[in-house]
Amino acid sequence: MHTNGQYRQQALPSFSSRASGAKHNGARIFSRIVLYGVLALLALPFLYPFWWMVMSSFKPNAEIFESLRLLPRRFYLGNFVDVFRFQPFARHYFNSFYIAVTSTALTILLCSLSGYAFARLRFRGSNLLFVTLLSALMMPAEVTIIPTYFLMSSLGFIDTHIPLIFVPVFGMQGAVVTFLMRQYFITVPLSLTEAPRIDGLGEFGIFVRIMMPLARSVTSAAVILTFLNNWNLFLEPLIFIHDLRLFTLPLSLNNFTDPYGLPVWNLQLTATALAAVPILIVYVVFQRQIENAMVFSALKG
Amino acid sequence: MNKILRNEARAGYLFVAPQLVGYLIFVLGPIIAVFVFSFHDRNLLTGANIFVGLANYRRMLQLDPLFYKTIWNTLVFTAGLVPLGVVLALVLALVSYERFRGVQVFRTIIFAPVVTSAVAWAIVWRFLLQGQQGAINQMLAVVGISGPDWLRDPSTAMLSVIVSRVVKNAGLNVVIFLAAISNLPEEIFEAARIDGANDRQLFFRVKVPMLMPTILMVTILVTIGSLKVFDHIMLMTQGGPEHSTMVLVYYIYHQGFRFFNTGYASTLAVVLFIISLLLALTQWSVRKRVYHFEE
Repeated sequence: MHTNGQYRQQALPSFSSRASGAKHNGARIFSRIVLYGVLALLALPFLYPFWWMVMSSFKPNAEIFESLRLLPRRFYLGNFVDVFRFQPFARHYFNSFYIAVTSTALTILLCSLSGYAFARLRFRGSNLLFVTLLSALMMPAEVTIIPTYFLMSSLGFIDTHIPLIFVPVFGMQGAVVTFLMRQYFITVPLSLTEAPRIDGLGEFGIFVRIMMPLARSVTSAAVILTFLNNWNLFLEPLIFIHDLRLFTLPLSLNNFTDPYGLPVWNLQLTATALAAVPILIVYVVFQRQIENAMVFSALKG
Repeated sequence: MNKILRNEARAGYLFVAPQLVGYLIFVLGPIIAVFVFSFHDRNLLTGANIFVGLANYRRMLQLDPLFYKTIWNTLVFTAGLVPLGVVLALVLALVSYERFRGVQVFRTIIFAPVVTSAVAWAIVWRFLLQGQQGAINQMLAVVGISGPDWLRDPSTAMLSVIVSRVVKNAGLNVVIFLAAISNLPEEIFEAARIDGANDRQLFFRVKVPMLMPTILMVTILVTIGSLKVFDHIMLMTQGGPEHSTMVLVYYIYHQGFRFFNTGYASTLAVVLFIISLLLALTQWSVRKRVYHFEE
């Protein structure tokens, strides 16, 4: 991030221009060294797993447990071919992607509608309904997974992507978005909607033409949260999906095993890297938005 | 005027309807059903479905020692996760609040596990925690420590899962703390300094007390989050070894989908429902009373 020259120049004067002399300089440099030592130590458990994930993807299986080598002997690329041969990994990747996109679109649509209604429309029982819908926030998926399984089974939706797309829309994922949108719509000045209403624009028109365009930044936060939540689902696909072709990424990662059920480490870690790194890149690009969105949902969730 | 209000109300119900219908089908319906199921002997495999009254509850409370072990493990997990998680996040937040070169990189690294899927994170930690050949043990061997087989030793498996979870989610709480720290009024620190407070006094007597509401809030968040540990348990230990990491959310899956006892698993889910409800009520009352966070 800010490791460029400009930053360095800001840091330097404090070393040279201080009037305190050489002795003070020494203490300062020493304290810097201690600081960076502590920082490195603190960052280690966060960085170390990513390092091994990425480096192991460049190692053949025989080399995988040569754990003291920070770098592979040579950068072996065979894993990146083999993960796609071992199981339909590309298909799993695509499944995860299209499920997350569809579920996100549906969540944003339904929850911004109800968020708008709760913020701006007066109707009897709106507070009670709002609190009721929000109660989905506190419900772990494990509470309802058994009845949901029977429901899906009786509808013939086991081994389809339907439960993965629809169920989360109304659970925690949807409740967060409804809350997020309502909180935003409340802050929009009434004057912006009064004139069009007098001109005869209906509630749906106001919602589509005026409110949603204003809500671009809060919507993007909601999109990020929803997409990540859906992309990372594990329990639901584990319960609803058994057909290998229909697997999503989290199931797929867990499925790089030998006939004894033990992990084929080089492939599993390569696949894990392939699944995790794109998300990390997106995170680095949209760091502030993602952090804010996640903190918001954590605090309200 | 009346007509306008009526139109508005109609639009309101229409707009809320899709989410409400979905909520009734996918949330409220299953919650009611899980209570009903808990009074039945159901089996996923045989299709059995017999009303048995309180038999599942009697089994849980009187005949299933594993239930008590599960509750105990869940408490141990939470009791380990909460202090570790809160203290680590607070330390990291205080450190990354300082201005030094590379602080942004440091913050990015700390937050990166938060956006990583729990499945990916748990897979890598299981790899690092392998017995003698695992990366962590080989690193320990360099300094002459012979590490245990972390995930296969009943005395270290729980600790391993806790640590992997603490590191995964610390970044989120760091950002919450950072927001709170940057909202602290500078003048008070100035005043304390003028009154002769040293760094340590400033920290323990001024900063920490002023952060107390945030610390309380994060504590509750981490406590609630401690229930959401299914992915880590499933991928790292599957409740073992010797049931030492069998926690409630995993035990529900274990009974329901490994042993197909969906009736008994529903009884366990009712317990989880009650715990979640109590935690949520605590969170709401604390948030109302003590602290109101605004971005």
